[in-house]
Amino acid sequence: MNASHTAHHDDLGHHGHAPTGIMRWITTTNHKDIGTMYLWFSFIMFLVGGAMSLVIRAELMQPGIQYVSPEFYNQMLTLHALIMVFGAIMPAFVGFANWMLPLMLGAPDMAFARMNNWSFWLLPPAAILLTGSLFVPGGAAGTGWTLYPPLSVQMGIGMDMAIFAVHILGMSSIMGSINIITTILNLRTPGMTLMKMPMFAWTWLVTAFLLIASMPILAGAVTMLLTDRHFGTSFFAAAGGGDPVLFQHIFWFFGHPEVYIIALPAFGVVSHVIPAFSRKPLFGYVSMVYAIAAIGLISFFVWAHHMYVTGIPLTGQLYFMYATLLIAVPTGVKVFNWVTTMWRGALSFETPMLFALGFLFLFTIGGLTGLVLAITAVDIQLQDTYYVVAHFHYVMVAGALFSAYAGLYYWLPKWTGHMYNESLGKLHFWLSIVFFNVAFFPQHFLGLAGMPRRIPDYAQQFTDFNMVSGIGAFGFGFSQLLVLVVVFQAMKGGAKAAAKPWDGATGLEWTVPSPAPHHTFEDPPPFDQATAHG
Amino acid sequence: MAISKSKSCRGWGSARLARGLTAGALALGTELAVAAWELNLQPPVSAGARLAYDLHTMVMWLIVVIFVGVFGVLSYSLYAHRKSKGHKPADFHDNTTVEILWTVVPFIILVLIAFPATTSLVAMRDTSQPDMTVKATGYQWKWGYEYLTGDAAGIKYMSVLATTQDQIKGLAPKGEHYLLEVDKPLVVPVNQKVRILATSADVIHNWSVPAFAVKTDAVPGFVRDTWFRAEKEGTYRGQCSELCGKDHGFMPVVVEVVSAEKYAAWAAEQKKLMAAGAEDVSKVWTLAEQQAHGEKVYTTNCAACHQPTGQGLPPAFPALDGSKLVKGPKQAHIQIVLNGKPGTAMAAFGAQLNDTDVAAVVAYERNAWSNKSGEVIQPAEVKALRGK
Repeated sequence: MNASHTAHHDDLGHHGHAPTGIMRWITTTNHKDIGTMYLWFSFIMFLVGGAMSLVIRAELMQPGIQYVSPEFYNQMLTLHALIMVFGAIMPAFVGFANWMLPLMLGAPDMAFARMNNWSFWLLPPAAILLTGSLFVPGGAAGTGWTLYPPLSVQMGIGMDMAIFAVHILGMSSIMGSINIITTILNLRTPGMTLMKMPMFAWTWLVTAFLLIASMPILAGAVTMLLTDRHFGTSFFAAAGGGDPVLFQHIFWFFGHPEVYIIALPAFGVVSHVIPAFSRKPLFGYVSMVYAIAAIGLISFFVWAHHMYVTGIPLTGQLYFMYATLLIAVPTGVKVFNWVTTMWRGALSFETPMLFALGFLFLFTIGGLTGLVLAITAVDIQLQDTYYVVAHFHYVMVAGALFSAYAGLYYWLPKWTGHMYNESLGKLHFWLSIVFFNVAFFPQHFLGLAGMPRRIPDYAQQFTDFNMVSGIGAFGFGFSQLLVLVVVFQAMKGGAKAAAKPWDGATGLEWTVPSPAPHHTFEDPPPFDQATAHG
Repeated sequence: MAISKSKSCRGWGSARLARGLTAGALALGTELAVAAWELNLQPPVSAGARLAYDLHTMVMWLIVVIFVGVFGVLSYSLYAHRKSKGHKPADFHDNTTVEILWTVVPFIILVLIAFPATTSLVAMRDTSQPDMTVKATGYQWKWGYEYLTGDAAGIKYMSVLATTQDQIKGLAPKGEHYLLEVDKPLVVPVNQKVRILATSADVIHNWSVPAFAVKTDAVPGFVRDTWFRAEKEGTYRGQCSELCGKDHGFMPVVVEVVSAEKYAAWAAEQKKLMAAGAEDVSKVWTLAEQQAHGEKVYTTNCAACHQPTGQGLPPAFPALDGSKLVKGPKQAHIQIVLNGKPGTAMAAFGAQLNDTDVAAVVAYERNAWSNKSGEVIQPAEVKALRGK
């Protein structure tokens, strides 16, 4: 870590008396430092959550209970999901936003630099609460990340720790969102109108609104859970006049926008990488913006498609089916636009482009199986089976992780000042995409054949595909260590990166030297119409 | 031959192979339900399941066509428009006509899907005019069935996983229907419209049988309904499909579909058994007699959490061996079994067990392992404590 930052140290003293060492990181208000911390935090959580998924896959290698007890298994699947969603994916894209938004918009920093520091430093306590809950009496919550009562009311103190972790993470997200919205709306360089700003900024603008609208709802839901658990309320207890399904409505009213909170910034990253390596501007910028806004809006009106089998009325099932089908339209528009961006370009396949293409491939599969699941009559067969597990891993891992890697390799030269090892990067991509499909594609078949999700042991006809899936998962997991090697190498040295290392890249971030100096754009840069749209 | 087909042989290690051989031998002569590498939904055995099956096939082909179309275009581009081949980039970046086209065309396709999807769903949700109704109650972790109408009206029993712990822990060869077998399946007649009322006594469970495309949450305090009309005799297996705690993976749903005659005979036999086994609260039990009965009740209802050894799985599931409560006054002990402990997984067994069973299980716990109190508890004592 130090090596890469020695380059920055020259101008650290810019304001005279900046602290050094650990205090530099604790007190920093610099968007690049904070972005770096977000990215490292998310990668560490990614490894923790990933290790938990390997516990799950190890247990599922063969039928029977081999390594962990059923209750520990439930804790693993719960923490795996909570850590991956709230600890790994979301902070990763906030990290990208911190690093790149000011550079893309020509702003000197984020709008609220001190709040930015606080947003980040809320994360480690939340992470400690979540992972620490494994070690308290009764262990962590074993309810699945959906925390459905009354099961969650039965849990021990680990459940309360998860509730408080969610509260803290929510606060962090809301502060981060306010910061991002203000930065995007107020700190753009003169001449950069909203419809000329980079696509990544657009996706984050919509995402930040989704976060502000949905995180308080989750906080409310878990607070009601907390009072049901400890203070005698009966929001979710039928015996006291409440309804357990009410929790599900509230949870998914947050939970569905959450899916797009994760996916939209990923769309943004890919919308930069694909044009850069196609050497051709993004096709259909305006329709992309409308599609993002439409997805963001519709995402609030489809929540009960997660609840088709809870006994909601027929009319409810029909409405939510239609609304869910509708969301396929703007999502399709985005895919068609990306494909057309590549059409008649001059394509080259460096690592960022490979990951962007991997994203497109996997996300399209995940989107199409989403169409299958949207059909209520079919979903009755597939709800709570491995088909759903396969579907959302295609959307989440592809939608978020692959595009995060596309962004990482794309901007790594800007961050470290060195080119990364291209062969290792490509190896990382090929291992990832092959093992990902080995791990998750067979799960479609398991789900169709009727294997429920969230079970530690299964009937024998599911053995073969589970073993294949397990081999894929271990291969995928260990392949991710390669990215550590690549990043450390680039931090230590390697070929010097030019200010603009990719010939097809556009945008203000490439007008500053590599590595980006500690302070950039103290005066608003001139905005070149020709390079608009990133 | 059966051995080479048996899935258990696909693993490695000689112990596993030996176990596989045994399992393979067991599978000889029976229909091999173990269908490895299954790629599609289970064969439908009801009208609803066929609707879901056909709808899935249709949508599946549709998405395959869309996928091949989009990635066909993309692949051509990846091949033909490469920089390394010297392709020069075009500069177009907007076209309102195609944008409208690829908004409207998918929309029309979705509307076309929505029609069969709607009619299928409406048919699948029509629970009116059933031939018979059964209530299925989810418990942590078993199903309770109660026949409300029809020949078997009044019959009620628990349906518990029949797979042994030894099989689960790998100490015994796994049977053909490993984890998908119960002691007493739900028995229904073929070609009759069976309405299921699902509810739960503790947390949310889900009653699901893929062959009938039936899957409905069992929500405590509420009743949900669903239905099926099984078209073929046979045994159909499903599993709880909503995470319900520790043994969520161990509460299968097994439905036996039989002919009308067999069903009537079964119902008559069950009624006779129930009449014979009717509880006599005034019966006075001896220690040995009660211990034998209590152990049975304990194994079915308590051992999953408190363990056969009485050691529990602390802290969530406390030990009963040497427990303060079990060694203390029997009234408190009986009351916690009857009423459960709010905020924990300890259910109120008063609703599930009769006075004889509660008395037996409490007495068993007070005498088993190192507890050895020598007490006998009479059903009348339990009856006196109910509702207090």
